[in-house]
Amino acid sequence: MAGLKRYLPVLACALCAFLAPPLLAATKTAYLLTQLTMSAYYALASLGLCALMGYAGQISLGQAGFFAIGGYASSFISKVDLSPFASGGFVKFLGFSGLLVRGADAYGKAVLSISPWVACLCAVLLAAGIAAFIGTPVLRLKGHYLAMATLGFGIIIERIVRGTQGLGGADGLSGVPPLPILPGLAVTGERAARAANFTIAWLVLALGLLALVNLVGSRAGRALRALRDGEEAAGATGIDTSRYKLNVFVIGAVYAAVAGVLLTHYNGSIGPGEANFAKSVRYVAIVAVGGMANLSGTLVAGLVLNFLSLRGVFGRFDDAVFGIILVLVMVFAPAGKERGLQVFRRRKGAGG
Amino acid sequence: MPLELILQYVFSGLVYGSIYAAVAIGFNIIYNATGIINFAQGEFAMLGGMTASTLAGLVPLWLAVTAAVALTAASGAAIERIFLRRVARAGVLKMIVATIGLSILIRETALLAWGESVRTLPFFSGNEVSSLSFLGAHFSPQVFWVAGSTALIMAGLTAFFKFTLMGKAMRGCSANRDGASICGIDPGRMVTIAFGMSAGIGALAGCVVAPLTQTHYAIGAELAIKGFTVAAFGGLGNSVAAVIAGLALGMLESFSTAFVPEAYKDVVTLCVLLALLFAKPTGLFGSRAASMKEY
Amino acid sequence: MRIRSIAKPAVLCAVVLSCLSPAYAADPIKIGAIFGVTGPAAYLGAPEDRTARMVVDGINKGGGILGRQVELIVKDSGASSEKAISFAKQLIEEENVVAIIGPTTSGESMAIKDVCEKAGIPLISCASAETIVDPVAKYVFKVPQKDNYIVEWLYRTMNKLGIAKIGVIASNTGFGNGGKAQLEKYASKYGITIAISEVYDSNATDLTALLAKVNAAGVQAVVNWSIEPAQSIVAKNMRQLKMTAQLFQSHGFANIKYVQAAGEAAEGIIFPCGRLIVAGELPDSNPQKKLLAKYNADYEALYNEEASTFGGHAYDALSILKAAIESAGSTDPDKIVRAIENLRNFSGTAGIFNFSPADHNGLLMDSIVMVTVKKGKFTLYRGN
Repeated sequence: MAGLKRYLPVLACALCAFLAPPLLAATKTAYLLTQLTMSAYYALASLGLCALMGYAGQISLGQAGFFAIGGYASSFISKVDLSPFASGGFVKFLGFSGLLVRGADAYGKAVLSISPWVACLCAVLLAAGIAAFIGTPVLRLKGHYLAMATLGFGIIIERIVRGTQGLGGADGLSGVPPLPILPGLAVTGERAARAANFTIAWLVLALGLLALVNLVGSRAGRALRALRDGEEAAGATGIDTSRYKLNVFVIGAVYAAVAGVLLTHYNGSIGPGEANFAKSVRYVAIVAVGGMANLSGTLVAGLVLNFLSLRGVFGRFDDAVFGIILVLVMVFAPAGKERGLQVFRRRKGAGG
Repeated sequence: MPLELILQYVFSGLVYGSIYAAVAIGFNIIYNATGIINFAQGEFAMLGGMTASTLAGLVPLWLAVTAAVALTAASGAAIERIFLRRVARAGVLKMIVATIGLSILIRETALLAWGESVRTLPFFSGNEVSSLSFLGAHFSPQVFWVAGSTALIMAGLTAFFKFTLMGKAMRGCSANRDGASICGIDPGRMVTIAFGMSAGIGALAGCVVAPLTQTHYAIGAELAIKGFTVAAFGGLGNSVAAVIAGLALGMLESFSTAFVPEAYKDVVTLCVLLALLFAKPTGLFGSRAASMKEY
Repeated sequence: MRIRSIAKPAVLCAVVLSCLSPAYAADPIKIGAIFGVTGPAAYLGAPEDRTARMVVDGINKGGGILGRQVELIVKDSGASSEKAISFAKQLIEEENVVAIIGPTTSGESMAIKDVCEKAGIPLISCASAETIVDPVAKYVFKVPQKDNYIVEWLYRTMNKLGIAKIGVIASNTGFGNGGKAQLEKYASKYGITIAISEVYDSNATDLTALLAKVNAAGVQAVVNWSIEPAQSIVAKNMRQLKMTAQLFQSHGFANIKYVQAAGEAAEGIIFPCGRLIVAGELPDSNPQKKLLAKYNADYEALYNEEASTFGGHAYDALSILKAAIESAGSTDPDKIVRAIENLRNFSGTAGIFNFSPADHNGLLMDSIVMVTVKKGKFTLYRGN
């Protein structure tokens, strides 16, 4: 019974996924669904970072990089026109496996493209692969050097997507096709699909949260906390610290990539701004405000802050607000907001 | 590649490199005193340039620059007193996060105060079109001022830490905080002074380069990232290494223009830096002790 | 100016009043605006924002449009596409705006092109990418001049000056890359050889290395295509490197602050742009002169800085929208779109607009003149 309390946030998300649209429609505020959906995806990316920063204690200033890898890869792959290569063996094979889609582009010309599902999968695998590849050397660094390396990674990704014309250059990629999930249901920004997309987003969020809540409560979770609180000591008790760090790093990257893919298909476009340092700072700010090792805190902070920002509530002071929040939280609750923003309090001794 | 072109790249690299080095020196001073990486360091450079550009219309240039440096130094010390005092014991992660937040705040305040326009400072000697030549390479006289002030900063700091009582007190503080306080040194005061110095150095760098690069409210972030890169590359806490690393990075950026499309310049330099960090996780000249510095 | 915070009570009063006295058409016309007022495009978005507010104030003082006051809702997107999308949907679905002007950057414009098209709300963009109006989307327009016309003016001038070998540098933005592509496309038509063509980071603060490389290619002229303050840095660096090549800039240079920042190095720069910045030299018979002079005077009086062509885009977008609504006699989106497409010989700051169903930009080559800098001021370029 004791353990079930920590699933309350997951349940809350899942309930919102289904109850909110009709509720909003009834109060004629259905236009809020857009920002709520977008916030859910940003919150998902923040959750991934929370696992890495809060529970494994590894700072990452490059989370936006993985978000961008997911979004850009998926857009690029699902937009590339294979008609010029239609006679090639590879394309024939893809067609045979049902992975191709015929359609028309903005000019009305017939195009042959890869199914968005395949694109999505490839994008997430790519992000995971890159995370695994660079994770090993990067995670050997400590403290400020780790911050530096993740910062460098984020910047590299941003420069690459900004500098490559094939990826849209400074204007980014637009005209990204919807991502079909079931017949008649797709991740898209169309007004008719607003409610359905909200449900999809919040269900994905609930699932992501579920996975992390389980991770945190498991043996692996305890190992991670031991790791965060003292790496040498954890190593001395037999925990394979490098493997754990790498795994959480990859998990964080996957969360960001999935969020990137889904949000890009929802928006129909992505720009190099999604990969920049300011975005990475926002993810860090959200985790910090949420209380570092506090999944539900990160969830709430991620949803609320992004929602307000996307509605333009902060106006010209959008960046300033994040800065103020960061400073206030760090200055006035430096010894841990872990207890502060906890929405659902855990019982003492149940593994904090 | 003809000699003139190589020399030209060298002079370009000198300009970039000196600025990065100056910002990195500021990082290191604070790091040595507190173990914090102060992301707001870049904003101090911005504040110096912006303040000087406002004052330059009212008073002679040398006075404007001096006043800008002094004012920024005072702000740095004030910021430490008000904000960072409380964060010092919260751990590396929280400190990095807090200084990032501070840098954002300073930047947005600058936007409110000065608007989004670009500002310049008059050249310290000559003007926008003055040009000196050396073996076929041409450069603005301001380049001398830039390199010169970095050298001056280096020399001044070395003298400060080696010969003055306060400098030795700061070194004692950074080596062993408790030991120093037992000897009667007030660590809190040392930290405030460190911030003030760091801010002043950043401001001077910002002023000296403003005629060349122009300044506006948003240049701080880029400078902070480059400065941090250089400081990490050289080894955190080691200012001489920061200068070497800064110049190296400047040259790397400058010469990569010849071979790499400009849009990927940062990618190349960052990859080189990261490769070096992976090979030597504590920076070129850093030590294990410095990397483990936790207060 | 209608500030958002007093809009609701004001509208409430208006509704009540209109119930009491049907003669009052008190319902305000809502126009949405998405500008990058802060952030990396602030030097574009901030003047656009200021101009838009000034123009709407003027419209309201003059009685509004169709007797109704205009409520301008400005959203600061910070040049971020995802925010632009969120704000576009918000303006359309929540605020029920009649039309949207902006965004500031091409990336954002492309991101919301579909949104506005599908929602059937007119979008008048202040960004320059060709793809905004090509392929033509029924509801999407843009007001800046076409890049290829700017390029052709540049090349024509070079032909007159006998310049055949040039170097091209552009900033790594939509604006820069777009211009670079057009420069490369039209070079052979005018017999120009591009010896070296490079892109630099938009935040670049020192371009001596790149310019040294360009100089080493032995070029007679350098074309810099960017819209950032880097334009001034290019001018200064070239003189510091003792380069003798002629510097041409794009229409992004049409802001006196860039000339001031470059100081003496700005002398002799040649660039094409709209007539706004040389309005004083136009003959009185020129159809644009009166409105240009008024815009310059009003903007300077209100904001204590000289007007730039960037702000002019917002001016054009709003005036075109006003003219269309008045001509259509209604705020129905389809009627507005048709009215815009029927606009002929419409004087704006960027030129004389002639829209049509196939041309959603409306500006031709004659909207552009060649300008140079003499003694720190913009003046018409009349050849050597």
